[in-house]
Amino acid sequence: MSSKFRLQSGGEINRSEAISFKFNGKTFFGYKGDTLASALLANGIHLVGRSFKYHRPRGFLGSGSEEPNAIVQVYKDEAKKEPNVRATEIEIFEGLEAKSQNCWPSVNFDFGEINNLFSPIIPAGFYYKTFMWPAKFWKKYEYFIRKSAGLGISATQRDPDLYDHKYYHCEVLIVGSGPAGLAAALIAAKTEKKVLLVDEKPEIGGSLIGSNDNVIRINNDTPKDWIKKTYLELLKNKNVQILNRTSVASYHNYNYLIMVQNLTDHLNENDKKNKIRQRLWKVRAKKVILATGSIERTMIFDCNDRPGIMLSSAVRKYLNHYAVKCGNNAIIFANNDDAYETALSLHSKGVKIKAIIDIREESNGDLVKKCTDLGLKIMWKHSVVSTGGHKKIDKVFVMKLSADNNSVVGDKIKINCDLLCVSGGYTPAVHLFTQSGGKLSFDEKKFYFYPVKTTLNQISIGSCSGIFNLKKIIQDSNLKVNDFLKTEIKNEIIVSDYNSGNFKNIWLLPSDKVTGKTKSFVDFQNDSTANDIKLALREGFKSIEHVKRYTTTGMATDQGKISNMHALGIISEITKTKMGELGTTTFRPPYTPLTFGALVGRNVKQFFDITRETPMHSWHKKKGAKFEDVGQWKRAWYYPVNNENMHDAVQRESKAARNNAGILDASTLGKIDIQGRDANEFLNRIYTNAWSKLDIGKCRYGLMLNEDGMVYDDGVTTRLGENHYIMTTTTGGAATVMNKLEDYLQTEWPELKVFLTSVTDHFATVSVCGPNSKKILEKIVKNINFEDQKFPHMSFKDGIIDNIKCRVMRISFTGELSYEINIQANYGKAVWEKCMDAGKEFKITPYGTEAMHLLRAEKGFVIVGQETDGTITPVDLQMDWIVSKKKYDFIGKRSLYRSDTMKDGRKQMVGLLTTDPNEILEEGAQIVAEVKKKPPMNMLGHVTSSYYSPNLKKSIALALVKNGKNLKGKKLYVPMQNKIIEVIVSDSVFLDKEGNKLNA
Amino acid sequence: MFIIKCPYCGERDHTEFSYGGEAHIVRPKQPTELSDDQWAEYLFMRKNIKGLQYERWNHSHGCRQWFNVARDTSNDKIHLIYKMGENPPK
Ligand SMILES: [Zn+2]
Repeated sequence: MSSKFRLQSGGEINRSEAISFKFNGKTFFGYKGDTLASALLANGIHLVGRSFKYHRPRGFLGSGSEEPNAIVQVYKDEAKKEPNVRATEIEIFEGLEAKSQNCWPSVNFDFGEINNLFSPIIPAGFYYKTFMWPAKFWKKYEYFIRKSAGLGISATQRDPDLYDHKYYHCEVLIVGSGPAGLAAALIAAKTEKKVLLVDEKPEIGGSLIGSNDNVIRINNDTPKDWIKKTYLELLKNKNVQILNRTSVASYHNYNYLIMVQNLTDHLNENDKKNKIRQRLWKVRAKKVILATGSIERTMIFDCNDRPGIMLSSAVRKYLNHYAVKCGNNAIIFANNDDAYETALSLHSKGVKIKAIIDIREESNGDLVKKCTDLGLKIMWKHSVVSTGGHKKIDKVFVMKLSADNNSVVGDKIKINCDLLCVSGGYTPAVHLFTQSGGKLSFDEKKFYFYPVKTTLNQISIGSCSGIFNLKKIIQDSNLKVNDFLKTEIKNEIIVSDYNSGNFKNIWLLPSDKVTGKTKSFVDFQNDSTANDIKLALREGFKSIEHVKRYTTTGMATDQGKISNMHALGIISEITKTKMGELGTTTFRPPYTPLTFGALVGRNVKQFFDITRETPMHSWHKKKGAKFEDVGQWKRAWYYPVNNENMHDAVQRESKAARNNAGILDASTLGKIDIQGRDANEFLNRIYTNAWSKLDIGKCRYGLMLNEDGMVYDDGVTTRLGENHYIMTTTTGGAATVMNKLEDYLQTEWPELKVFLTSVTDHFATVSVCGPNSKKILEKIVKNINFEDQKFPHMSFKDGIIDNIKCRVMRISFTGELSYEINIQANYGKAVWEKCMDAGKEFKITPYGTEAMHLLRAEKGFVIVGQETDGTITPVDLQMDWIVSKKKYDFIGKRSLYRSDTMKDGRKQMVGLLTTDPNEILEEGAQIVAEVKKKPPMNMLGHVTSSYYSPNLKKSIALALVKNGKNLKGKKLYVPMQNKIIEVIVSDSVFLDKEGNKLNA
Repeated sequence: MFIIKCPYCGERDHTEFSYGGEAHIVRPKQPTELSDDQWAEYLFMRKNIKGLQYERWNHSHGCRQWFNVARDTSNDKIHLIYKMGENPPK
């Protein structure tokens, strides 16, 4: 089970726990503690994917969340396919299956590689330029582009995993557990403050993980031992919580951070069962300490993307932490001293160092001296100009840099190797800092952006603030954290120190080839080269944000963690603009990709949204009612009998309501209890009609406008007492009407003494209508005299049903004689059943919202939101009668006299009758006066409501039509896909214009 | 993503609140005496400042009270919170 590239000893893997996993269908073995990347590398596998555009073979570049190449598909079944996962972050477990992405049909044989041979034809903006026209061809292009590009495949079934959300408050949040983060945690732990320390990796330690034991000592311990001791020390403090595998996705204003904690991805299938997979933390921290570290840079030279070309720090981590050699014959390519730690590590583990190529002239650093002492070959002021090897690097070509570094000179030297460790210096990971609104500055000598200004209670420490020397990191962190927490805690951490030489930066290395012949990759994941950037600049793109989009540099799933700096550098060099003046691109959340599961948490299925059910819901359900959603409410839509279809059920229900008796659950209507000295004046101001003369015990229909004069809501309000009213609103408008009323009361008319209470859920409303309704009510509410003189239309009485108080209103939305019983919600179902029993001899029929809509349309009653859409005034509805001319003011009044609302030719509500009475119009259909052979035609308006009326035995419709009030009797047309329907403009009241039924 | 200190309840997450637009726009007492332009000015025109802006907020998932907030829209920093009816600071 030993793998070729695994060291016999050392590392933080558990050699006694072997794990088998599948990659691209083949079984491999690794150890507990391995990532997919380290386990594959231990097996000598470097080729793990194909590049996006050219399908070039790609291997591992890094070892963490910055990895741009090793993006894989984790596969279990159709429900648990996960695309775009970084192999460097997957901890292997028994049964893991992963596949390369972006290669078809296989990673070793890839048809798309033909793109590579023709690569000059795929420059920046190629897709924009080529696949644009003709538009109808796009579908064909897309099919091929998608198939050969393929950024992974999503699951096709419901995610079976559990996800959780957690809200958390703490006083100090420390992001990152490298040397700076740990130093900060040690200080914070000694305060009484509640501290949270998070790190995205499975283990704490940050950059110290994988460092060379022989080079670094902390408090005379190896870095590993110091990390362990520090961890135990921190655990002793009850005020400290440590979360690993927890990545901060976003950092918002007011120190609000969203983090995702991975809980089970690293466990085997059995241990995963019934556990929460990921938890989304929503953290509010009083103080935030960012210790997010830095990301090593690659260097930009021809063919810098072959498998086996890796970041020097990653090679070191694979070697020291996972005990994996990434090759046997290594070349180091560096512009700084840090790479020499890698050289020393590799050398000590038996990897042959073929050469160290350094673009600097010299370095007097201690590590360089050690390498010299060991006899390692260092080629100063040389550069790699190209590499060879198809699926894995097998050689590099090296040339001497000219005195001014602008070109290469002398002979081209070929050196064979199987590993090239590149170290281009470090970029502070300032992503979270900038997300939080922090401002960066560019250091023109050290070539990086560093944090300078924040408005939040926050500091950046360690290498994310631009300090890379370990001793300085500790000193600086101790100082800054004590200052930040207002403490004076001595935090002695003694670090073995070594002297480092200077770092030297060249963004784009010179080549012996002519421009255009090189493939110097800047963004590995999106396959953009230095030439693409140059082309974009030649074509006139200047802003970094434009160049980025045109070349797609930095726009892949890694968000340019590796590529952004080089792209900026190259632009700066070509345009001769200082980097600081170019500005950076915006780093947007999330820092690393998030699963949808984590985002939605528990808000799935029945928890996705609240559903509201009326007290009679179970009765409707038992009777087989179909429901419709009205806002969050479930309303009975219709009650099919004997397998009726919807049309038949609605026709039957509508007829029954007019001929005998119908019963409707109207509990969802909004109800607002209004009390107070000025309640009457208040209603006067919010409704369009006059309210001052409404007697106690009477009801009135009211229309409410917005201040812009447009219809907002409607409903019946009843005067229960001298200073007591109950208002009803539309089902959907209940909450917004309440908001609006409160707003006016609190902000415009605080002098009015009015108290509002939302009582929608407190009452159940049973509406009984039809010629038999009175007889039914008489049987149930025995204390009320239902004689018309005593209890006329639009009035109210206090009733008693079985000793329970209720309110009975005689109001109607169907045009029939109609009563509404409002009773405490918990008696709703009992009263409903009582009505059904009492109504049996009168053929009472339950009807749903669809029949209700039909019945009111026969009467030409509007539904706010169906006949209106926020652009319709009461005058447009031809409801001038409800707008008081006498009242000095009400909400929206002035707007009814604006030139626009008064102009001729506005759309007005009318009725439509089809020439063929059996033809039913489609709601939403457009109306024209003149039919042309093909569009465009001059559209006059649209159909808002349309039904077949069983009571009138013909099709009826309501519509909004331009100048409609002057078109009565005129013939118009409704052009449909296959036919043109002829209609006649009519009055909008189709049935019982005189209102005889109401007063029957 | 900010925190608002409701003058009646104290500090709460901003998800408990709803925004109510520019503050100190008083509904005219005599709308009928205004020209169309004057009425349109009240009805439609809002400043939408980048920088310090006086605006209305409602603790809609709390005490349901309206109040005024002086907020810098460029960085969401809240400089002052004061009750309805109180005058903005000079
Ligand atoms: Zn409050």
